[in-house]
Amino acid sequence: MCAMRVSRRDFLKASGIATGSLLLPTSAALAAGEVPRFPLRKKVGEVTTICTYCAVGCGQVVGTLAGEVVNIEGDPDHPINQGALCSKGAASLQIINNPKRLTKVLYRAPGASDWEEKDWDWALDRIAQNIKATRDANWIEKTAEGKTVNRTEGIAFVGGSQNTNEECYLWVKALRAMGLVYIEHQARI
Amino acid sequence: MGKVSLLIDTSKCTGCRGCQVACKEWNDLAATDTTNWGSYENPPDLSASTWTRIAFHEVEGDSGVKWLFLKQGCMQCTQAVCVEVCPTQALQHHDMGFISLDQERCNGCGYCAEFCPFQIPRLEANAFTGQGKITKCTLCQDRVTNDMSPACAKTCPANAIYFGDRQEMLATAKQRVDELKAGGHSNASVYGETELGGLGRMYVLLERPAQYGLPENPSPALAGFWQKGIQPFGYAAVGLTLLGLGFNWLAQRRNSALSVKAQEEA
Amino acid sequence: MTNHWIDIKNADVIMIIGSNAAENHPISMKWVEESRRNGGTLISVDPRFTRTSSLADIYAPLRSGTDIAFIGGLINYILENELYHKEYVAEYTNASFLVNPDFGFDDGLFVGYNPDKRGYDKSAWSYQTDAQGLPLEDKTLQDFNTAFQHLKRHYARYDLETVSSITGTPKDALEKVYSAYAATGQPGKSGTIMYAMGATQHTYGTQNVRSYALLQLLLGNIGVAGGGINALRGLHNVQGSTDMCLLFHILPGYLNTPIEADQTLEAYLARSTPQTSDPNSVNWWKNYPKYMVSLLKAWWGEAATTENEFAYQYLPKNGADYSWISLFEAMYQGDTKGFLVLGQNPAVSGPNANMERKAMENLDWLVVVDLWETETASFWKRPGANPDDIKTEVFLLPAASYVERDGSVTNSGRWVQWRYKAIDPLGDSKEDLWIINQIMQRVQGLYATDGGIFPEPIVNLTWDYGDGVPDAEQVAREISGSALVDLLDADGNVLVPAGTQVKNFTQLRDDGSTAAGNWLYGYYTDAGNLAKRRDSVDKSGIGLYSNWAWDWPVNRRIIYNRASVHPVTGEPWDQEHPVIRWDAAANKWVGDVPDGGTPPNTIHPFIMKPEGHGRIFGFGRTDGPFPEHYEPWESPVANLLSGTQNNPVFKIWASEMDHKGEAGQYPVVATTYRVTEHMQAGAMTRNLPWLVEAMPELFVEMSRELAAQKGIKNGDQVTVESARGAVKAVALVTSRFRPFQVNGQVVHQVGVPWHWGYSGASTGDSANTLTPHVGDANTMIPEYKAFLCDVRKVV
Repeated sequence: MCAMRVSRRDFLKASGIATGSLLLPTSAALAAGEVPRFPLRKKVGEVTTICTYCAVGCGQVVGTLAGEVVNIEGDPDHPINQGALCSKGAASLQIINNPKRLTKVLYRAPGASDWEEKDWDWALDRIAQNIKATRDANWIEKTAEGKTVNRTEGIAFVGGSQNTNEECYLWVKALRAMGLVYIEHQARI
Repeated sequence: MGKVSLLIDTSKCTGCRGCQVACKEWNDLAATDTTNWGSYENPPDLSASTWTRIAFHEVEGDSGVKWLFLKQGCMQCTQAVCVEVCPTQALQHHDMGFISLDQERCNGCGYCAEFCPFQIPRLEANAFTGQGKITKCTLCQDRVTNDMSPACAKTCPANAIYFGDRQEMLATAKQRVDELKAGGHSNASVYGETELGGLGRMYVLLERPAQYGLPENPSPALAGFWQKGIQPFGYAAVGLTLLGLGFNWLAQRRNSALSVKAQEEA
Repeated sequence: MTNHWIDIKNADVIMIIGSNAAENHPISMKWVEESRRNGGTLISVDPRFTRTSSLADIYAPLRSGTDIAFIGGLINYILENELYHKEYVAEYTNASFLVNPDFGFDDGLFVGYNPDKRGYDKSAWSYQTDAQGLPLEDKTLQDFNTAFQHLKRHYARYDLETVSSITGTPKDALEKVYSAYAATGQPGKSGTIMYAMGATQHTYGTQNVRSYALLQLLLGNIGVAGGGINALRGLHNVQGSTDMCLLFHILPGYLNTPIEADQTLEAYLARSTPQTSDPNSVNWWKNYPKYMVSLLKAWWGEAATTENEFAYQYLPKNGADYSWISLFEAMYQGDTKGFLVLGQNPAVSGPNANMERKAMENLDWLVVVDLWETETASFWKRPGANPDDIKTEVFLLPAASYVERDGSVTNSGRWVQWRYKAIDPLGDSKEDLWIINQIMQRVQGLYATDGGIFPEPIVNLTWDYGDGVPDAEQVAREISGSALVDLLDADGNVLVPAGTQVKNFTQLRDDGSTAAGNWLYGYYTDAGNLAKRRDSVDKSGIGLYSNWAWDWPVNRRIIYNRASVHPVTGEPWDQEHPVIRWDAAANKWVGDVPDGGTPPNTIHPFIMKPEGHGRIFGFGRTDGPFPEHYEPWESPVANLLSGTQNNPVFKIWASEMDHKGEAGQYPVVATTYRVTEHMQAGAMTRNLPWLVEAMPELFVEMSRELAAQKGIKNGDQVTVESARGAVKAVALVTSRFRPFQVNGQVVHQVGVPWHWGYSGASTGDSANTLTPHVGDANTMIPEYKAFLCDVRKVV
């Protein structure tokens, strides 16, 4: 994992939070003369990311503990949102820890009335076979006037705005190489 | 450190409810089942799992419609009736100027909920034991005593929630009210400067407090008097029977308080 | 956005029109607020009083679909009162260009209309030119044939009275908006337009945006701090997915997809590469061949040679419009057999959703990659469907969430920002890079072993991302571009050694010596991954934050910034908010990355247009060089401005599920929209308990007057019905919606959020079962924002 760890000192410095604060839950003894402190409920965050809702592009920090996300809040260093998040952004933790999230490959056979679980290998092989069969059966090499066009209109693709640039790029590269022309996504609608 | 305060500038609030959700996120508060009741506002009230929420008020005036948003939550009173009536010191004045809550100490007597002039604390009874625990906004007591902003103040997209030294907050509030008045908002005011000895949650209001559902003159009448009379009763309220009695009595009080409130609003 | 989010703070006047920023882009209000703190004015133009309107200094209601009348009136106001930025208009726009004398306009139609084709012959939409091909000009703007005089004549019809009668906006509100916004035409003042789908989702959506562009050019608001045309954009990487061109008509970096006429690379490049004979016009797209050949080299590597047109023939050639509505019409006709859906939910988000859901029943197979079981994935068991009858094989692949994978995303301000993986994907869910890699490796394997039709583009595709999770930075390097051999300068010195990243697109070449997946995205250079930069100190004084992340193109934060300075001196129009400034002593520009580094008075600022000037006369569009008001496809009123009721160019479909509603049966105007607490088609929020709690159910907002007329009380269950479908919703009766007075007639409007569907934790009817399957004449974006319906109480 190549997570970027913001050093605690930088985090504090840039966020304008007074130094000496604690970002990890602790009940450490307090310095004499200070106010009574309560231990922090959770780890604030140290991995930076960008909010997955609208296109303002707000920074977030993600707090993890033992491989689980425990907190997501605004990145105080981020020049656009300066630590702020709206209701959607503030709810981001529930995207990660959510019983409705899909954790298995699901397959619905033709005419079936329910899903069944499958493994990745089986599903990926079958998808690849479907792509090839449909592409080859719906291939247009030339128009009636004899113009070479080499495309398939038998397969369509939509999506991409929920993906990273790198993912979008690999998809568009693969799709065009396969001869798809029905390629659309959220930007159109 | 001196006293701190939240300052909520209603003239900037967009009603996005980032604060409402961020509070739940940080404090691990569950969502409740709601329905749309002809309003954007939900959940419909504060509860054991909703410590802050935005109340939406649609007001028609001469210059057209106004949509006013008020972030509700514990007012962190200086003359805090809840602290006075609390028999177990679960609620205490913290040096920083907010009312801290130690749920371990709470015996569920519910006096604080009963006597709060703003009806903020809520009692949550354990489904199995019947044991009640009080809940309310603690100003994110863990965050603020570790030099961080409360979750609501940090998340506010519109710079409508300030947090800091109370004197600075007050100066900011007054300056903002002056600006608003100069801009034609003749009803603009600071709420919380002196109410109940000064609140640790102040507002810049665009309109009169009543238009936001805030009491114009919250009463500190119970301060002092009730502590002597009620607290001994509260200390005794550890058995379930007595607790049940307490609930009954509280329920009656609550009903009468609600009818008073309804009259005031009428 | 031509500008970016933080730049909103530099605006003197902000007009939020066709968007609801406080609700849908809440953090933008931080910068709106900053502008207001410095004396800025906020204008909210919206059919209903929204959370944005609640903060506005001026609120103006307008009937859905009348933006061109509204803005046309403002243009007329500016021209009549001579409030435009005169030097800017004369020097930087084509206002002074002489238009072909055959050009004309009559009764809502521009010259050249062919009703049978529903299209224009645009040959007269052109400039008069001299012997060298340079446009003839009259810098005084007085010649009858100047674009400026055409503009004046066109909008003279948009007087206050007429505009108010069309839009339903009270005249005093119009005057307040016009006077406040027109004031930004003064040199040194700026106004910004924040728009979104309220502008684009109309059969004349492009012309709505064109009207903003015209306005901004007249006021000198393009290129300056606090100005621009700012599309707020909905999804966190919709900008990036657009730039990578997951769209039928473009390839990465906005290169055209080949069409049937482009039988050779030469023909393709000849069609795509604009020419100019003006030595002062940069005409940036003259570099087109470099970008296209570099893309072909990135994709087909060694197999792309000078002998085979760099594998150009591997690319499919388009034979038609394959945009969204066409796609689903084809699927409905049974022409589409396989469907790949990546993190999108057409069963909720597509127009005429009942039809699009029905269309999916014709599929042999469907693959959905998502975090959730969406309505699209489970279309075969939707209410009213019988799974036995639906023979579609469906694969639902669990994807990793955004904190479970690495990669970059691009915000509306074109900032490319890096995300770091924080935890491993949940359960068996997988990173999207892994999923596409696995699928493509298997497809390549099948063609390599079994053969098949035209296997070359597949087997020869460069695809070496390993067997595990591909490294997002390897892909970033491929996108950004590198030298395949030593690149030499004119003197024969090595400029870029073979195998290293290019500095930016200026080093790309058309001879096959460079490869770049997307010329526009030079975010990975020898200095590393620039999307990771986190310098939160702003040295510009106007909030450019030039060392935070990376901005396309070439880290330029404000596009067309050479228009922000005086043409001769290079001094900023606005001395307080200089974007760039010519430092004569140092002989260079300081500030933002300029649109061309040559000294002042050498080049025209609009470098992406062959004539180098902003287009007052915009002949590139299919439906006219000036925005003209038409009524939505479904409207309760006749067009007051001409006998041409609708945009005469957009395509009308005629399947048995493409119904048009008439005002007699459906008298109420409806629009769809979003709320803060939910996202688009809802899977990302309707499954989150905190957000469902805050906004639990579908509702319909309506005025007290309409509710009284229909016997509806606040909180009642009501049915909203259009010619295509019906939804049940909670009535939200409010003073924030008011009936419109349109030409003496009362027009009611309602609004329905479109987030709900039949899957997930919070379910409800989908507003898109109401919306029509027609789209904009240029972009084919569906007309979600104005259609007809009726409402009634559920008894």
